[in-house]
Amino acid sequence: MIDLKGYGPALAEGAVVTIELALLSLLLALVLGLAGAVAKLSRNRLAKGIATTYTTIIRGVPDLVMMMLFYYGGQVAVNMLSDWLYIQFQIDWFLQFDPFISGVLTIGLIFGAYMAETFRGAFLAVEAGQIEAARAYGFSRWHTFRRIMVPQMLRHALPGLGNNWQVLLKTTALVSIIGLTDMVRVAEEAAKAERSPFLFFIPVAAVYLALTAVSELFIKWLNRRANVGVVQGGG
Amino acid sequence: MLETITSWLDQNEIFTTMTMLEYWQGLVNTVQLVFLSLVIGLVVAIPLAILRTNRHWWISGPVWCYTYLFRGTPLLIQLYIIYYGLAQIPGIQETFWWAIFREPFYPALLAFTLNTAAYTTEIFRGAIAATPQGEIEAAKAYGMSWFLRLRRIVLPSAARRAVQAYSNEVIFMLHASAIASVVTIVDLTGAARNIYSRFYAPFEAFIAVALIYMALTFLLVFAFRKLENHLLRHQRPAGN
Repeated sequence: MIDLKGYGPALAEGAVVTIELALLSLLLALVLGLAGAVAKLSRNRLAKGIATTYTTIIRGVPDLVMMMLFYYGGQVAVNMLSDWLYIQFQIDWFLQFDPFISGVLTIGLIFGAYMAETFRGAFLAVEAGQIEAARAYGFSRWHTFRRIMVPQMLRHALPGLGNNWQVLLKTTALVSIIGLTDMVRVAEEAAKAERSPFLFFIPVAAVYLALTAVSELFIKWLNRRANVGVVQGGG
Repeated sequence: MLETITSWLDQNEIFTTMTMLEYWQGLVNTVQLVFLSLVIGLVVAIPLAILRTNRHWWISGPVWCYTYLFRGTPLLIQLYIIYYGLAQIPGIQETFWWAIFREPFYPALLAFTLNTAAYTTEIFRGAIAATPQGEIEAAKAYGMSWFLRLRRIVLPSAARRAVQAYSNEVIFMLHASAIASVVTIVDLTGAARNIYSRFYAPFEAFIAVALIYMALTFLLVFAFRKLENHLLRHQRPAGN
């Protein structure tokens, strides 16, 4: 076993933080992505406009800049809101904006935009005949969406979702820059203190590699399950 | 026009001429870093992609290992390993390399280049592997050698298939370059961080830099759309 000079437990805790961060961000991204895709496909021009602005802005700005804006700006905004609440309504409310919250919010918001594109494409791939059939059976719009669109869309969305997840996982490393003690941060501090960068960064890289490799297998398995009963052309 | 800008700059507390110059310097550094790493990365990636499609595993295997490692780990870790690690190589401080790698710019350039080369290799591998068999057979029937076939048939048609994915990689690289600021390079993000901490003005500092990045991104998107139109002209429907 490699000797991590007593930093082993801290690194393990950091790895747990990384995984929590990734999963929570994924959840937020999925919700935002689904909402974004529905808004983009809707006939409501306001909803369409908001969703398009959202995805355009996100794709134009680096994740790190967005994260810093949220982390440093978020605290200032919360302070202003808390002052205003106190002066106006005598409500004593305060929220400490920590790196974890900013990380989840930013990563969720960024990948929500990518997920929206993935879901939009997947919704468009559902055959129009399926929707017509549902309508002919007297399904309501909501019912058609939930019972016909979503289950069939998921099969088309899976490869894109898998890619987005792999990128999201690697993006979590950025949260160490705004001060979250994830495994990257622990490794950086340990590497500086012990003057041995390879000893600490290579195990962290290996953990990321293991996470992406396991994810790859899991996505393959999901894909196989989702495509049961689909006759593939060519072969 | 110029007068209104200078008078606005004079009245403004944060966006003075000095901070504008700081952003400008950051822009220059970001563009240099991204442009150089993309160009070197592309030059390295094309031969690697050709090796990667080789049918002997002992040729394609090492390239696969390289792309798998660099695509499976965060760029930030790669940057830290190279930035902190190079200084630890025994004896490097006595060689001429040290004069180069002591500056944070070159370790960052190395990390970015290795990263983008890995992604680009895989993009080109996919494009090369998708070459229609008939095109290669036709080239063989004409008596073209392996190299001529590659140069005249395989690579040009692969480049057409790769351009869209590659444009995404270029934009990804521009955005990823923001992490250069963590190894003390004053790129666009680094300039924004300095201005933020000097004025404690997060919104102004970061929204301004976000707008600059957005302008760069849309410029790239526009340029690649032009390039795509040019390269895929023959595929446009007739009568257009």
